[in-house]
Amino acid sequence: MADAATIAVSMRGITKRFPGVVANDRVDFEAAVGEVHALLGENGAGKTTLSHVLTGLYRADEGHISLYGKPVRFTAPREAIDAGVCMVHQQFRLVERFTVAENLVLGDRRGAGRSFRIDPSAVESQVRELGERYRLPVDPHARIWQLSVGEQQRVEILNALYQNAKVLILDEPTSVLTPDEADTLFETLRQMAGEGRTVIFISHKLHEVMAVSDRITVLRAGRLVGTVRTADATLQSLASLMVGHDIETRRRSRGAQPVGPEVLTVEDLWADGDRGTAALKGVSLTVREGEIVAVAGVAGNGQRELAEAITGLRPCRKGTIRVGDELLDHADPRTSFDAGIGYVPEDRLGTGVAPNLPISMNLELRSFRNNSFGPLLRLRRMRANAEEAIERFEIKTSGPQMQTAQLSGGNLQKVVIAREFSSGKLTVLVAASPTRGLDVAAVETVHSYLLDAAESGTAVLLLSEDLDEILALNDRILVMYEGRLSEVQNRDSLEEISLRMAGSADGLDAAR
Amino acid sequence: MNNSLLIVLIASGVAYGTPLLYAALGELLAERSGVLNLGVEGMMLVGAVMGFWTVQRLHATTGVALVAAIAVAAVAGAMMAAIHAFLVITLRASQIVSGLALTIFAGVYGLSSYLGNNLNLADQPARHSFSAVFPSSMQKWPIVGPIVFGQNVLVYVSWACVVAISLYLSRTRPGLNLRAVGESPAAADTMGINVTAYRYVHTIAGGAFAGIGGATVTLAITPQWVDGITYGAGWIAIALVIFAFWRPELCLVGAYFFGALEALAPQLQARNIQLGPTVLWTSSLPYVMTILVLVVVSSGTARRRLGAPSALGNAYVREER
Repeated sequence: MADAATIAVSMRGITKRFPGVVANDRVDFEAAVGEVHALLGENGAGKTTLSHVLTGLYRADEGHISLYGKPVRFTAPREAIDAGVCMVHQQFRLVERFTVAENLVLGDRRGAGRSFRIDPSAVESQVRELGERYRLPVDPHARIWQLSVGEQQRVEILNALYQNAKVLILDEPTSVLTPDEADTLFETLRQMAGEGRTVIFISHKLHEVMAVSDRITVLRAGRLVGTVRTADATLQSLASLMVGHDIETRRRSRGAQPVGPEVLTVEDLWADGDRGTAALKGVSLTVREGEIVAVAGVAGNGQRELAEAITGLRPCRKGTIRVGDELLDHADPRTSFDAGIGYVPEDRLGTGVAPNLPISMNLELRSFRNNSFGPLLRLRRMRANAEEAIERFEIKTSGPQMQTAQLSGGNLQKVVIAREFSSGKLTVLVAASPTRGLDVAAVETVHSYLLDAAESGTAVLLLSEDLDEILALNDRILVMYEGRLSEVQNRDSLEEISLRMAGSADGLDAAR
Repeated sequence: MNNSLLIVLIASGVAYGTPLLYAALGELLAERSGVLNLGVEGMMLVGAVMGFWTVQRLHATTGVALVAAIAVAAVAGAMMAAIHAFLVITLRASQIVSGLALTIFAGVYGLSSYLGNNLNLADQPARHSFSAVFPSSMQKWPIVGPIVFGQNVLVYVSWACVVAISLYLSRTRPGLNLRAVGESPAAADTMGINVTAYRYVHTIAGGAFAGIGGATVTLAITPQWVDGITYGAGWIAIALVIFAFWRPELCLVGAYFFGALEALAPQLQARNIQLGPTVLWTSSLPYVMTILVLVVVSSGTARRRLGAPSALGNAYVREER
């Protein structure tokens, strides 16, 4: 479909190596003028690396790039921006303390922005005009840290439009959006493509890719698998291209509604976030024995604070947390754990393990008191326990003495899970985004462990931003919005979950 | 009226606060780019001794000698800061270790002592020094006379510096870029701002300011050189920047406050006023205040709330994985 005149971006034989890994191995990629081109692949397939090579953040070890038929070689992001290639990163490149207008002026190399004296108010009318045209409303006076993540993303896209981007790359843009916001974004992207821009949309979510793109390029393990027209593709065909083999998925079966007693009871819990403002505003919830309660929500609405409060890591202002009959008032992590609360934290490398210690030590972080002789650790017994856990949880490693930081994400998560599962009675399991950043096979393994835990009677509280995960594993769904929880009535209604995630569910509750 | 304790304290607060103000403005420039410079005290001491050496050795008219002395002090401070910049920006050494090392290297029993003693600068009166610029009749005007018109030219230049730096930060493109580099080097880099260059320039300029601050002590306040003559002013300046929420105009207020605290003990003594059992506690007030400020703001969250540049203390590496 693409003849030479309409090819916007052409990358040939791109190879990029990092110490110990080949992130891109002779990848070819081509995107046409006026199309939305999806770059699909699992985490770690090399999508982000390829786009960083295109935007000059990384330099390719081999390969050629051309834009509109002309060969280019970018050595810095600025050169790419000047050539019309802009990227919306997963971690936004915005100055948090600046206003929206100041952020736009920062990158401005034309007109008003080029002069020595600056006047951010000069760009305000342009911000408003672009915002209206592309349905990206945002207040130019607002400071970035005051905006929601979705609004910050709009600022990034506005910035690209303001820089006159001809090629716009978005890296996993929907991971911070509610389903409704994602739909609006797709309309904006289609509109931009309709104007003759090229949109490169990076994602690992199949249905999004199907919804928004014209063509799809699939990467796997750093290699190009193929490019297909979206019209010719199906979810199944894309999934097998992406993973390379079929995946058996386990879901929570309906009707397995547990009737056990309430194990975890949280009542009217208030706690402050890191900025000192209230992050939890009167949260109440119960989890029964053998039940999986899934908490959905856009990141930053208090999920992390809730997990930390329950596990004793974050002090509470008000409210009670009970496990069975035991009241955990102003608990510390050890009391919580002794009461039977296990925790799989969101940030597994930073909070979940001590990265520089060997695996055997990390597996015993909870239970080393049982494996000590006075002040001395019984190292041999710890190593034997570790070997057992490595075998039982199928952790791929060279041995219990291997440094934990060297494990891949999936195996690292298995270490955390193995520790929480085998260090004592596990009455309650709090799992925060347990599969973020894992590949499909590892996701399935982690889900299996969570389901097994529930089947053996553990009360599981799953906090996740991934709706697919929430839908696959739940007996009940709660939605967290601005520090408050609401219960989803119809668990099959994506619309209801979406409305609650956006905080506009008042109508739903009033109607009942 | 002009002899009342309050007026005298304010007037000498302005005078004593001027070295603090220069050093604090320099530290502010470096910190706004994300570089913490704990070597200010050392840079002030080197500036103090080099400035004094220049007026003693240079045979020229008072004006020329003093301008040359300030320039030499600025260059000396800048050279020290260049070492710091190379270590922490290019080699990505710890900013805290490098700064402390420079202060120890240049401090008492270090470079500044060696220079001063080896060049025989101790126990001599300065051949030229800064004095009040306005006629003595104007200095007798009530209130504004001693406070505003009784000062030397370095004070007036420091006011101009405050205004210039304030406008630079808020109204100019390099100032905006500087703030972006200190807040989010990754965002600045993406927008094509040379993070390394901005950090080098502002760290070195900060060192020059510290050098001038040191020379202000030996050429205007106590026109002589003795070992360790700044008496910890560099540390007070570092606390001052935090105290001033990284804003130049508040640095001025804070510097004069600490200057007045410094002047408090001798003034009380001169008037035979005794507060408490010993004079020691009044003369230690500035240092006690410094410790209190540093303790209060040393927690990460407090600093962020006060407005510390987010990337302060962190080296920037682009291609990281």
